Amino acid sequence: MVNWHRLANPKLFLTWSRRVLPWAAVITALLLAVGLYLSLFVAPPDYQQGDTVRIMFVHVPSAWMALFTYTVMAGASAAGLIWKSPLSHLTAKAAAPIGASFTLLALATGALWGQPMWGTWWVWDARLTSVLILFFLYLGYMAIWQAIDDYTRAAKSAAILALVGFVNVPIIKFSVDWWNTLHQPASVLRLDGPSIHPTLLTPLFVMIAAFTGYFIVLLLIRLEREILARQAQTLRRAQARG
Amino acid sequence: MESAVQFLDMGGYALFVWPAFIMVAIVMTALLIWSWRDLRRERQTLELLAERRGSGETAGTGNDA
Amino acid sequence: MLVVVFFVLTVTLFPLGVGPEASVLRRIAPGVIWVSALLAAMLSLDRLFQVDFEDGSLDQLALAPLPLELVAAAKCLAHWLSTGLPLLVISPLLGILLNLSGEAYGTLLLAMAIGTPSLSLVGAIGAALTVGIRRGGVLLSLLVLPLYIPVLIFGVGAIDAALVGLGGNAHLLVLAAILLIALPLAPWAVAGALRLNLE
Repeated sequence: MVNWHRLANPKLFLTWSRRVLPWAAVITALLLAVGLYLSLFVAPPDYQQGDTVRIMFVHVPSAWMALFTYTVMAGASAAGLIWKSPLSHLTAKAAAPIGASFTLLALATGALWGQPMWGTWWVWDARLTSVLILFFLYLGYMAIWQAIDDYTRAAKSAAILALVGFVNVPIIKFSVDWWNTLHQPASVLRLDGPSIHPTLLTPLFVMIAAFTGYFIVLLLIRLEREILARQAQTLRRAQARG
Repeated sequence: MESAVQFLDMGGYALFVWPAFIMVAIVMTALLIWSWRDLRRERQTLELLAERRGSGETAGTGNDA
Repeated sequence: MLVVVFFVLTVTLFPLGVGPEASVLRRIAPGVIWVSALLAAMLSLDRLFQVDFEDGSLDQLALAPLPLELVAAAKCLAHWLSTGLPLLVISPLLGILLNLSGEAYGTLLLAMAIGTPSLSLVGAIGAALTVGIRRGGVLLSLLVLPLYIPVLIFGVGAIDAALVGLGGNAHLLVLAAILLIALPLAPWAVAGALRLNLE
């Protein structure tokens, strides 16, 4: 269907991206509308948590995006280092702020869920803590792009950092889980896994799909911007040289 | 009317449910608007640069970029 | 040796901050020692490649027949010998200052011995990435501290486990596993980062 290899060419990518973007936007808007309707009107309040369970419909997709975006970032970084495909580093760069934003949203909505359920805005719950650390990883990644002026150096440094971070994410997750089981206060309500009622699962999945669609739309916009910024930079340099 | 109030009340958890949704909505909208505005600005810059390049070559003037 | 002074000074701040009560200090001692060690190790990182970078000897090393990965590993070893080892040696003394119970000292030393090399290895990646950056110190801490968290957790966990009589072996094994992952991967990443900063 799509010749992926040719998409690595910036010019071809831009034509493709501009054609896909409106469709992606429409699909995302539809998914979001359906998802919001399902999660606010259709889904029943949880028998234990009441209506606070609805926070899950934005919290879990945000957390999903936080992890998903980091994976995309690391994948793109690896591709950039290995195959030197021109768009990879820019993809990672364009994705990072999206991931950081959703990480922050996951933390904030988590706090809003925690307050009525646990009686406190923040607990050093394994998940919350891991997500907080993930947020720092995003900040570091974005900071290194900021700190280095030269494009190639910035791109490769950021890529190495993204990969080092990616190797570390499971280790951090594992250690935080371990740490947490040692310090876990026994009263904390378990929110995870298969205990979620099926009537809550459909809206959740629709919302996850909607968030993923939103990610694609935003990534296409941001990536085009990065590509154009690179072109502008090259043009400027060519003109400065005379 | 009553059902609307009931809906907004969120079983007493309105103060937690709505801020969560609103926060997500604000951040997602803001990100979209920012990115889109940046893209439009970049498109304009690029057009300007291309234009200047064209005229700059015929006029033979150096550009300050 | 400044690193050791910094380490001791940081630990000294804690009794002043939380109060001199022996039971409280004993409870937080493993965490305080490890957090201070983390900070001390991190603080000495930004000079790791900077001097060699500025006077051009890094370029020499990159051109030398020796693989840069080996140079990177040697640098990590040098960092550990000048930072990790002194911290390790002085840490029992800090344990005494914080009323750490007697049965924890062996585990403290072992945990420091296995944990601090990982700090040097992982830290060197951050140092190599920020080598050309003016005022890269703050950036370096942002890059490195999150990656230090596993070492912190299992370093403290080992001592805590020894304190409650469980023995810290499981934690020490995880620390060793982290070291075994970092040992081959870090020099490779360091060399990659150095190479692109020398281009």
